[in-house]
Amino acid sequence: MIEFRAVTKRFEDGTIAVDELDLTVEAGTITVFVGSSGCGKTTSLRMVNRMIDPTSGTILVDGKDVLTVDPPTLRRGIGYVIQQAGLFPHRTVLDNVATVPLLSGWDRRKARTRAAELLEIVGLDANFGKRYPAQLSGGQQQRVGVARALAADPPVLLMDEPFSAVDPVVREDLQNELLRLQAELDKTIVFVTHDIDEALKLGERVAVFQTGGHLAQYARPTELLAAPANDFVASFVGRDRGYRTLTFLHADVPVHPIDTAKLGQRINVADWTLVVDDENRPKGWLSGVDGEIEVSEKNLISGGSLYDGSTLRGALDAALSSPSALGVMVDDSGAVMGVVRADDVIRALAKARAAGEVPK
Amino acid sequence: MTWIFENWERFWEVTEVHLRLSFVPVLIGFVLSIPLGWLASRSQTARAILFPLANILFTIPSIALIVITPVLLGVKILDEINVIVPLVIYTIALMVRSVADALSSVPGHVTAAANAMGFRPLRRFLTVDFPLALPVTIAGLRVATVSNISMVSVGALVGLGGYGQLFTEGYQTDHTEKVLAGLIGTVVLAVLADGLLLLLGRVLTPWARAGR
Repeated sequence: MIEFRAVTKRFEDGTIAVDELDLTVEAGTITVFVGSSGCGKTTSLRMVNRMIDPTSGTILVDGKDVLTVDPPTLRRGIGYVIQQAGLFPHRTVLDNVATVPLLSGWDRRKARTRAAELLEIVGLDANFGKRYPAQLSGGQQQRVGVARALAADPPVLLMDEPFSAVDPVVREDLQNELLRLQAELDKTIVFVTHDIDEALKLGERVAVFQTGGHLAQYARPTELLAAPANDFVASFVGRDRGYRTLTFLHADVPVHPIDTAKLGQRINVADWTLVVDDENRPKGWLSGVDGEIEVSEKNLISGGSLYDGSTLRGALDAALSSPSALGVMVDDSGAVMGVVRADDVIRALAKARAAGEVPK
Repeated sequence: MTWIFENWERFWEVTEVHLRLSFVPVLIGFVLSIPLGWLASRSQTARAILFPLANILFTIPSIALIVITPVLLGVKILDEINVIVPLVIYTIALMVRSVADALSSVPGHVTAAANAMGFRPLRRFLTVDFPLALPVTIAGLRVATVSNISMVSVGALVGLGGYGQLFTEGYQTDHTEKVLAGLIGTVVLAVLADGLLLLLGRVLTPWARAGR
């Protein structure tokens, strides 16, 4: 557990980065600090491991005032992940991961064994251990950064915009990976980002910081969307917050059957038909035409996100983005299960609302 | 060339002196440059004093410095100290800037990560900052070494100076072969030393060529 008690940070030039912050990060949760630049979210994070010391106020980590612990000792007990991973370019991946155990006085063999375990935990092949960071992609470097932060098994993990320098596809992978890891490891994680979608996705609790270092709202993502505390939070959460709310709803949507065809077949296409490969994975759509045609790559209409059966947001997006207005639902292997319609999603939403599942 | 083979013992003797007079100052100067360069990379004030001072020292003509050193130090005129001290000064003048630049070239996010991980300052310097500064430092060290090898000859003016002795003797006795021998010795030594340092740099920094 991390407690901020009336914490203020005033820099030498007089700017107030953090203003009277009172906030408790519950143990075993991911808490996200979100806000635009200069709102004090990163400063708040850095005060936890004394990269910055507060001007006044107290920060307690598991009940202990951080100012009473000498910084290097404190920091070895707190994992830290930064934006560009901050890996040591002159050390192999394995030695990078072994850094904190070695600093804490483990012998080299034990530290390396532990490092190898961690590479596996973050989903990197063992042969990455011998490489230098420059030989890894940005996403892989970030995984190594997470492995390094976890090496000494610290109860608290600080993550300072760790995924903001990688491309959106890799970022989503890393986010899912973090959620998976957290389900296993149950750390107390403070995660800083300026991306509200990332905050809503990862945070069990989200702290929205406002310019001038004020904490504008500290709540669960659903509360934040349903009841923003003030105009700042409302505008930060965005105009499409009703749509974002769908991310947190898991109502059942009826799945309709759909006609499918394979490449090379000659068929009559009376209505929208989904073309699939040999593993029944979607390849694209054929619109209805008169007469028989041969199904080939060039008459396929592609597009449309896929619905994996998880949230209403995914279902609605799949239906809205599909050229046929039918959202393709797939199972874990990517095979087609059927299609969903936007009006069914809206009906499911109404049902969820009637059942009191939509946060007010 | 024939002079070298006919007078091998004499040639080897001046070579040894030349080696000693060039490498001892490089070594001392390099070691002293590390804390000074570190200071210059950390503090604006230190940089504002050290860099101009280094420039001024480097512009003092070597002849003047070598002639005046015995007077200032009060040692015997034939003592090797008289050549070593000026060359240490030149090495420092060159290396302070190299070491400072090298340390400043270490990426900020890497040092920040090291701090956040719980490195104490000395350990961070020895195991993170300094190793990462090596490529730039060694480039500076190569320049300082080669420049020292060439400058040692000036010591001949005070009766020391390795191959420099061959230059003065050859000039006074109109013996071109001797001058040529000194010249060849200097060039070979400089090329060898430079090559060795280049190799040393590659062995010490395998990571610098990774991922390229």
